[in-house]
Amino acid sequence: MNDKLYWAIAGLSALILAAFCVAAGLSFLFYPEPIAIEPQGITRLGTPAIGGPFTLVATDGQTVTDRTYRGKWLLIYFGYTSCPDACPTALNSMSVALEQLGSRADELQPLFVTIDPQRDSRDVVANYLTSFDSRIVGLTGSGDQIASMIKTYRLYVSREKPDSDGKDYSVSHSSFLYLMDPQGAFVSAIHSEATGDEIATRLRKEMAMARADR
Amino acid sequence: MRYSANAIVAVFLVLALGVEVHAQTSAAGGVVIEQPWARATPGGAKTGAAYMTVKNSGVSPDRLVSATTSVADKVQFHEERGENGVSRMQEVASVNAEPGAQIVFKPGGMHMMMVGLKQPLKEGQTFQMTLQFEKAGSIAVAVPVGKVGAMEHGNMGSKEHDHTMKK
Repeated sequence: MNDKLYWAIAGLSALILAAFCVAAGLSFLFYPEPIAIEPQGITRLGTPAIGGPFTLVATDGQTVTDRTYRGKWLLIYFGYTSCPDACPTALNSMSVALEQLGSRADELQPLFVTIDPQRDSRDVVANYLTSFDSRIVGLTGSGDQIASMIKTYRLYVSREKPDSDGKDYSVSHSSFLYLMDPQGAFVSAIHSEATGDEIATRLRKEMAMARADR
Repeated sequence: MRYSANAIVAVFLVLALGVEVHAQTSAAGGVVIEQPWARATPGGAKTGAAYMTVKNSGVSPDRLVSATTSVADKVQFHEERGENGVSRMQEVASVNAEPGAQIVFKPGGMHMMMVGLKQPLKEGQTFQMTLQFEKAGSIAVAVPVGKVGAMEHGNMGSKEHDHTMKK
């Protein structure tokens, strides 16, 4: 009798353990790895697999790939124009940072990539960006091109349930500015709630470190 | 009898005067709205955000149930939460205001999202918004418009400083 109970408990425990393992395994599939925000000191252990080839369209109709701006640093913000709070904050801070960088900003190409290509056509993005620093290039593309970019940059993007009339929806998304070095390798992710000052300081530091490494 | 009728009239008079006096700070039934403001919208944007502080200085709980404005089709209350570097927006149907509570709508946090803007919001303009409370009733609020991407109400002057958020 006791033996039976023992085996029943053991079996049940094994089952629960197995369920946990499966759940843990699956969670890796469904949630991108959280990106560690580095403290001011900046120490790095290896480079996460963020970034890679992409093909998108700039607001002026030109095709833009990951190679287009090789030789320049890239500062990329992913957002969408129907976002009234987080996206204007990020683009505004990016604009302030560019101003503060002065001539250093020439070594950098700031990009705004829409994660909502359905609503954000080239014209919509171009019009939106007139309110921010003119050096920020807006990129959009087909649904597939954007989906591929989202995957390459390991972004979290999730369209929320639309409201009652079904036409307005918001998109939850990763809120980082991605910094890529002139060779196209991922350097770091800066939280998009950082102020313009903080972003500029961070960029200066990263650029200086890269020069020291050479 | 006559005495109590007079008293009622007096109470109404005081209430009417009270509303009159407080028109600038937008208050009703213990609910006070402070520092309403909105951001100018980027080119072509069909959505905008308004911010303010809602204070319930009364003794009974109240609830902000809706908001309307002539400049947009609708106004939604959005809760924005940053989780693991993801900005997640969630519409909430109403906002509770317990006695003594102060609810702050601000960039990067809870905000009023104006959907279907009829015209762009331009820096320097002021528009009207009406907030509907369960108990306090409706409160009309004049909302001044600051810069695109501004982080706080006021200090709309120099381009250098107003968009930096103080932490």
